[in-house]
Amino acid sequence: MITAPNDSQNNMKSSYDKASGEPNALLELGEISKAFPGVLANDGIDLRVMPGEIHGLVGENGAGKSTLLKIIYGLLRPDQGSILWEGDAVSILGPSQARSLGIGMVFQHFSLFEALTVLENIALAIDEKCKTQELRSRIDEVSRNFGLSIEIDRYVHSLSVGERQRVEIVRCLLQSPKLLILDEPTSVLTPQEAESLFETLNILSKRGCAILYISHKLHEIKKICHAATILRAGRVVANCDPSKEPIKKMAELLVGSQLPEINRGRLTADGIERIHIENLNYTSKDPFSVKLKNISFTVRGGEILGIAGVAGNGQTELMSVLSGEVKDLDEPSIIKFNDQIVTSKGAAERRLLGAGFVPEQRQGHAAVTEMSLVENVFLTALKTCDLEKSGFIDQAKASSLAESIISNFDVRTTGVQAETGSLSGGNLQKFIVGRELLQQPSILIIEQPTWGVDVGAAIILRRALLDLAKSGAAVIIISQDLDEIFEVCNKIAVMADGMISILGDIAAVSMEEIGVLMGGQRYEH
Amino acid sequence: MFTLERRVEQSKSWLVFSPIMAIGLTVLSGIIIFSVLDKDPWMSLYTFFIQPLTTGFGFTELIVKATPLILIGVGLSIGFKANVWNIGAEGQFTMGAIAGGGTALFLNTQESFLVLPAVLLMGILGGIVWGMIPAFLKTKFNANEILTSLMLSYVALLILSYLVHGPWRDPGGYNFPESKIFSDFAMLPILLEGTRLNLGTGFAVLSVLIIYILLSRTVLGYQFKVVGLAPAAAKHAGFDRVKLIWLSMIISGGLAGLAGISEVSGTIGQLLPSVSPGYGFTAIIVAFLGRLNPVGVLFAGLIMALTYIGGENAQIEIGLPAAVTGLFQGIILFYLLACDVLARYRLRYKPFLKARDRE
Amino acid sequence: MDVVAIVLTIITASTPLLLAATGELITEKSGVLNLGVEGMMLIGAITAFAITTITDSAVLGVLAGAAASTSLAFVFGVLVLIFLANQVATGLALTIFGIGLSALVGTGFVGIALEPLPKLDLGLLSAMPVIGEILFGQDFLVYLSFFMVVLVAYFLSKTRLGLILRAVGESHDSAHALGYPVLLVRFLAILFGGFMCGLAGSYLSLAYTPLWAENMTAGRGWIAVALVVFGTWRAVRVALGAYLFGTITILQLHVQGWGLEIASQFMSMLPYLATIAVLVLISRDGAKIRLNAPQSIGKVFTPSR
Repeated sequence: MITAPNDSQNNMKSSYDKASGEPNALLELGEISKAFPGVLANDGIDLRVMPGEIHGLVGENGAGKSTLLKIIYGLLRPDQGSILWEGDAVSILGPSQARSLGIGMVFQHFSLFEALTVLENIALAIDEKCKTQELRSRIDEVSRNFGLSIEIDRYVHSLSVGERQRVEIVRCLLQSPKLLILDEPTSVLTPQEAESLFETLNILSKRGCAILYISHKLHEIKKICHAATILRAGRVVANCDPSKEPIKKMAELLVGSQLPEINRGRLTADGIERIHIENLNYTSKDPFSVKLKNISFTVRGGEILGIAGVAGNGQTELMSVLSGEVKDLDEPSIIKFNDQIVTSKGAAERRLLGAGFVPEQRQGHAAVTEMSLVENVFLTALKTCDLEKSGFIDQAKASSLAESIISNFDVRTTGVQAETGSLSGGNLQKFIVGRELLQQPSILIIEQPTWGVDVGAAIILRRALLDLAKSGAAVIIISQDLDEIFEVCNKIAVMADGMISILGDIAAVSMEEIGVLMGGQRYEH
Repeated sequence: MFTLERRVEQSKSWLVFSPIMAIGLTVLSGIIIFSVLDKDPWMSLYTFFIQPLTTGFGFTELIVKATPLILIGVGLSIGFKANVWNIGAEGQFTMGAIAGGGTALFLNTQESFLVLPAVLLMGILGGIVWGMIPAFLKTKFNANEILTSLMLSYVALLILSYLVHGPWRDPGGYNFPESKIFSDFAMLPILLEGTRLNLGTGFAVLSVLIIYILLSRTVLGYQFKVVGLAPAAAKHAGFDRVKLIWLSMIISGGLAGLAGISEVSGTIGQLLPSVSPGYGFTAIIVAFLGRLNPVGVLFAGLIMALTYIGGENAQIEIGLPAAVTGLFQGIILFYLLACDVLARYRLRYKPFLKARDRE
Repeated sequence: MDVVAIVLTIITASTPLLLAATGELITEKSGVLNLGVEGMMLIGAITAFAITTITDSAVLGVLAGAAASTSLAFVFGVLVLIFLANQVATGLALTIFGIGLSALVGTGFVGIALEPLPKLDLGLLSAMPVIGEILFGQDFLVYLSFFMVVLVAYFLSKTRLGLILRAVGESHDSAHALGYPVLLVRFLAILFGGFMCGLAGSYLSLAYTPLWAENMTAGRGWIAVALVVFGTWRAVRVALGAYLFGTITILQLHVQGWGLEIASQFMSMLPYLATIAVLVLISRDGAKIRLNAPQSIGKVFTPSR
């Protein structure tokens, strides 16, 4: 049964009570709020974790989970609200204090030293000095008790991601925590590794250690959590007992049951196949990278395909593959732009065929921070806008192009000579997108078009993307923001675990389907 | 507790001001050094920095000394901008002298106006070839170009030593380790009667112009800048990193080679065991002092040349040891690096937090 | 061909490389690239020579040499860690400055001949044929060099402080997040590197050739930096590399005596060419480099928040 947040009585009933019958929560957050410039990350959040309870914290990126975690672990201080630990009010001033209270945290991106052994890594991280022999036996003990097999003398760089996570967990457990926080733990695990993690968590729970389990994967939450708190847009939207709730219901809460206004006018596909991806497979040399597996889809002129998904599921890898920054794909991958095979062609060549790209990171990737706006125009528009004359840069032409970008896209800046690093996020994004759009591409692939961008700029950008498609271009938008996808796109796909599931026409799709897919389950369409 | 906080925009005024401040601090340090050496500080300062410029001839000597520094410095600034650290310019300079000088010796009896161009061309090629080796080792084997180019410098000097002591020794030279004097056809024409000012200076000025245009107006220059500032953006733009490494080494090697042959064919007139008082290394300072900008390098070259001339002058006039020159050069670079920090970072006062709780 | 004599000269040639490279090893392991080794060695050399000449005490000379180099390393540390100056440029500045300053100070000491460092005399032990001279007849700096290698190897692999040093060099952000004083660790590592360079320089001017000549290191400082790469940042391998180079250096001298018709300059080139060769060999294996090289080397550390 799903309860509204104010219904405290029901909360108590549906919460997992420890055998001792103690009604005192282990951790109780009351009305926690935290704001950053331009965004209210946490808005009056209440959270209650009972001793020994596996409590799921569910929400999309941007829902406020990571901010809340940092507050609990002492990396951030809340603007408002109270924290009660074992009934006493506390102020958590830093990670070492959190650890001394009994809070342990396993980060999503591990902070292990690759060139050192497991033993050395653990020795560095524990707060007290410990003789090597004693440490070894303590590690062995924890390892056995909680089913976390690790090889103490192996170098971390030789461990699989699952093994590294076990090291991180053992590291935390050595300090006998009362609350263990796990941030998206299975995002990098195989199904089997996830299974053994769940066994460990159950053992921990039975021994009285509470677990705060952060994830957007609903089937996992359902499987192991005793209670769950669902966040959206910085607020708690529900508390529930996942063992009793159907996934569809939770998905609805996760993404919101109301369809956003579809405001895009009529987009008709003109039939020309502009982007054709076939059996795309890519394995990066970086062990933390997501493998792209068997991606196939097509986008026609006039279509805007939105690829939805939680960050970290392969979006960055897909972007670098499509933009030509990465070319060593696994066989038999094929990428075609405007009917030309571009799989082994570099970025500049792809642009000459009419493609434009806007990656997620603005500073240092899409634009050079230390250079002026005019100079950043050359970065991608050199050949496509005829800015090159026998090896020389046509400064006047580039300048006027920069001027058009600034005026057409309402970029607030002192002028074309302004240093790029001085622009605000929204203005810089307008400039970058404007730069690509003025090259009149017939293909545009853009990642996270409006993250960190103010509302006004976001509106301008989305309208520009719609206009581009209307003129016959094929557009792909990779975004975590479902509202945005619904507002702009007419076709939708979901990316999870390096794979893409095409859902098709956006008008015909339901939010639950999307939520479920984003939650990591394969959905047979 | 004071911390350094990165500025949003590089402070343009500091970028110009810090070399000036560094020079000022060096002069101040000079006063201290001169006093320690038991010389009248003001007299020494005058002898070192002012006196060389008081005669017309002195002025031309300054320019003659600055010429190789500018030529090499301009080439290095391209490489450094692209994050390619060519520390072996001394070796490329030497190889330029060897290749060009060898050609001059080979054509010693020819009387043709084609001799000089051939000599110059070979000099440039010598520097290019020597610069290509570190480029090859870096792009093919990922070997650090600082160490490889530096090692090659020592090798080049040894090759020169071998040649002037052995096969290229002047038979009529009383057994001194030096080559025959070059014929007039292999020498750079003097620009001003009564001075040593030669065409080499023309090359230096030309190189400043060309590289300036290259960096500020061409696509290639742009690529060099981007690859050094933001490698990810360079990748995004589709720039060829390998090609840029090769080109920067070829350009800096070629310019250093030109400097080498200009020195040997313009100022010295023959091959000797030592054809450079460390120009290749001083040019590194010149490049930094000149802010990696060709025009800046021009001025920095003149300033560093002054330390050479001033040092020689002080040696003669007041008996200051020759080594003071090298000392000053090192000090300028130190002060420059220290002053530079304020161009990129701002000094901030923050209340003290224990490291453990700061994160 | 006197094998004992050759071995003795190999030891003398290798010791300065060994000392300098071991010091640079610790510096680099903490994540700092100090290219000023050449300059620091020269400062150490001239200071040791000068003090020994003046006070007639080799021990004082060595201590003074080490102190002088360490002071120079201190300046480097301040510039690089606090002023956040570019490490490559600052190291070069250090070298140029060191060459200049040592030449200046040394002008008064050119041509003076000193007694080489006294060698150990253990009576009967040292008088033994072959082994006697090699093992028991060295000067104290040689023994110190061996001791340092063992000490550094032990320090890095078995002590907690060594572990912290390695962690800082691996990832200064993670080390900082764990609460370790990154800047302090690096500073101490830089000072240690300077100290060792001072010993190396002292050895050059007091034992290898007991005289002073401008720029007498002749690139040994740079070879020491290359040796750290060659030894893949492991103390014992670095030591072996130093001896390999010492051997090559000596080889060139003795080849003359073997009647081979090779000009001396080409033999002198051997160490430098060998340095290039080993750099290429080691750098080719990108994976090996990634595994052994301290990952944070050269990166600027700015504790955020």
